[in-house]
Amino acid sequence: MATKKVFVAGFGGQGVLLIGQMLAYAAMYEGKEATWMPSYGPEMRGGTANCTVCISDKPIASPLVTTCDVLVAMNGPSLDKFEDMLVPGGHLFVNASVIHYKARRTDVNVHYVDCTHIAEHEVGNGKTANMVMLGAIIRASGVVSLDIMDKVLAKTMTGKKEKLIPANKTALSAWKE
Amino acid sequence: MAEKKLMKGNEAFAAAAINAGCRYYFGYPITPQSEVPEYMSRELKKAGGAFIQAESELGAINMAYGASAAGGRVLITSSSPGIALMQESIGLLCSVQLPVVIINVMRGGPGIGSIQPGQADYNQVTRGGSNGDYHTIVLAPNSIQEAIDMIGKAFDLADEYRNPVIIAADGMLGQMMEPVVMPEPKAALTEEEIPVVKPYALTGHKNKRDRHAINSVWLKQELLENYINEYWPKYEKAERELQDWESRNLEGAEVVFVAYGSTSRIAMEAMEMLADEGIKVGLIRPKTLWPFPVNAFKEIDFNTTKHIISVELSQGQMIYDVKLAVECKLPVSLINRVGGMLLDPQEIVDRTKKIMEVK
Amino acid sequence: MKPVFEYTKGMRETELHYCPGCTHGIAHRLIMEVLEERGDLGNCIAVSPVGCSIVAHQYMNVDMMESPHGRAPAVASGIKRVHPDSPVFTYQGDGDLASIGTNEIIHAAERGEKFCTFFINNAIYGMTGGQMAPTTLIGQKTTTCVDGRTIEQAGMPMRMCELISCQDRAVYVERVSLDSPANVRKAKSAIRRAFKVQDLKLGFAFVEFLSICPTNWGLTAPKAMEWLRENMMPYYPVKQFKCPEEVKEVK
Repeated sequence: MATKKVFVAGFGGQGVLLIGQMLAYAAMYEGKEATWMPSYGPEMRGGTANCTVCISDKPIASPLVTTCDVLVAMNGPSLDKFEDMLVPGGHLFVNASVIHYKARRTDVNVHYVDCTHIAEHEVGNGKTANMVMLGAIIRASGVVSLDIMDKVLAKTMTGKKEKLIPANKTALSAWKE
Repeated sequence: MAEKKLMKGNEAFAAAAINAGCRYYFGYPITPQSEVPEYMSRELKKAGGAFIQAESELGAINMAYGASAAGGRVLITSSSPGIALMQESIGLLCSVQLPVVIINVMRGGPGIGSIQPGQADYNQVTRGGSNGDYHTIVLAPNSIQEAIDMIGKAFDLADEYRNPVIIAADGMLGQMMEPVVMPEPKAALTEEEIPVVKPYALTGHKNKRDRHAINSVWLKQELLENYINEYWPKYEKAERELQDWESRNLEGAEVVFVAYGSTSRIAMEAMEMLADEGIKVGLIRPKTLWPFPVNAFKEIDFNTTKHIISVELSQGQMIYDVKLAVECKLPVSLINRVGGMLLDPQEIVDRTKKIMEVK
Repeated sequence: MKPVFEYTKGMRETELHYCPGCTHGIAHRLIMEVLEERGDLGNCIAVSPVGCSIVAHQYMNVDMMESPHGRAPAVASGIKRVHPDSPVFTYQGDGDLASIGTNEIIHAAERGEKFCTFFINNAIYGMTGGQMAPTTLIGQKTTTCVDGRTIEQAGMPMRMCELISCQDRAVYVERVSLDSPANVRKAKSAIRRAFKVQDLKLGFAFVEFLSICPTNWGLTAPKAMEWLRENMMPYYPVKQFKCPEEVKEVK
């Protein structure tokens, strides 16, 4: 497998960094190499947040992403700004809960994910919107397998967070193309 | 083998230090290294150590000086402007020959600069900004795993050479996450072991030996000269024995990149892209910045190599060491970004081709 | 025959470099005598400053280290983390503690560091040749205020006991004077209380010693003592600012 590059962007507080981290955990537990790299700025809340994830069978040289195989746009400004980074034939995930217009690109696979609606009405927990998006990314792009997510949730949600595992599992499978 | 864990660089630095038997850490918040004091404030106590959030970087390094003199294994970390504040005491630690490990998670400079990754402290860490004759050993990891391994080695080198050892990391390494494995943990020295393993330490003379005096002031200059000449051979030994580097594809290379830290990874990607275009590029990656690995340059294939390129996130600082090592045998060019801006592989590719055309 | 007086084992048998009449010798001896009484010479770890007493480690018979200018409280904080049960003190002058090192002393006090600081206030920079100190009095002449310190040019002299005693975790704060045999005896009691505070881990202990600098003041030692009483004592009152119940009875 050549290196798969994923770019996740949105507002701070949308779980952007967590989506990327979960992908990196999944890749690691699948025995692959992975890097996760956040953008970081002085603002703590409400600013823009993005992160890049590289997944490969070989050691990863640069963790930087200038073009990507998967782009996740959690808000409109991120879609506008980063849409061109996607390689032709790549996967574009649009957070349809806050982005109410269509992507410009026609040479990529676009997936509109109404993640907040699905989280509130089908999972029953609005806080799992980012996990609904993560489930969509995994199932549509195949960068990691959905099966490994049981292990990721068990390893990352320990102690007080353990009780959130069932809702997160539901969220990962909630989106339907 | 221990299980792989996905760790953020800064947290891995802290965990690696505790793992290496470090029990004293004195920190002060500064981006992009603040996860280190955060981690230490939670974890060091559990390991039986002590953490102080110092009043400033001056406070932090001087607490480290006290704890090191008392026989403790000490870590301090900061980012560029914070390391600038510590310069006085780094020179002092060298003058009194005390070990301490310092991690500089470099950001853009000069001045307060930017909080994005940089390498413009190359001169600061390899030459130092304190007064007088001294050297610090400087190690430069390019992955979180290598940083973990180097931190363990840094503590041992600091003790062996009785000298500060600096880890030159950067914001990219500090902020990113990678799967890592911690080596076997080392035990910290017990209070009984300190006077045996570190006979110079201040532990109280217990009325059994003369009092220890750790002094940096010399009122008779001829004695100071004698003292410096007495310990200086250790730096010559370091220059002979500690040079460390990774080299790739030097045989038959047309161009050789010299790059360290995060930048070396970006350069490696550019190498692959150039190879796809049929341009053979080699790499020398210094893993020690001081001593600079001049021996690495003997591996260059002078029959084929026409250009040496120093790839750095600084306005041409390492390039002077590269030029000294190349001894005028080949032209040395610079590919760089500054201020917290990163190079991207395509930019390195384009600029490399341009350099090859001109010459 | 039973000896009635002996040279303290706390002082090493070497000649002091201090000027004739200087009170550093008295302060050194008092601290070392107290440590000897306590049987603590072998346990103590101390920090000397930058200033005239930089080489106090040549005189005091305890494990000791120098500190960069002003940073002794940070250095002592580090020592105390490695050896929490050893008696630790810093010995600092007014330039070191009240000028370049103000940050470190205030924060050590507020953290309630379990060491003692002995502060020598002689209202002048001695080692560098008599420049204005943060504690130089209004009207006092020095080489950097040859017509006398003015409020307009340099502000008011720093009163460190008053400042330190505002910090809750500085639990013992006392100003003493080395100008007379009676006051020297009181100073020794203050040192005993300071170490007792450290034994009991009650918090930070701070003792200021009003001292003289005959050389840089341009006075003979007896005249300098008079000058201290007439000029320093009104502005720097000799008193106990704070003292925990547990050590009040320590004389």
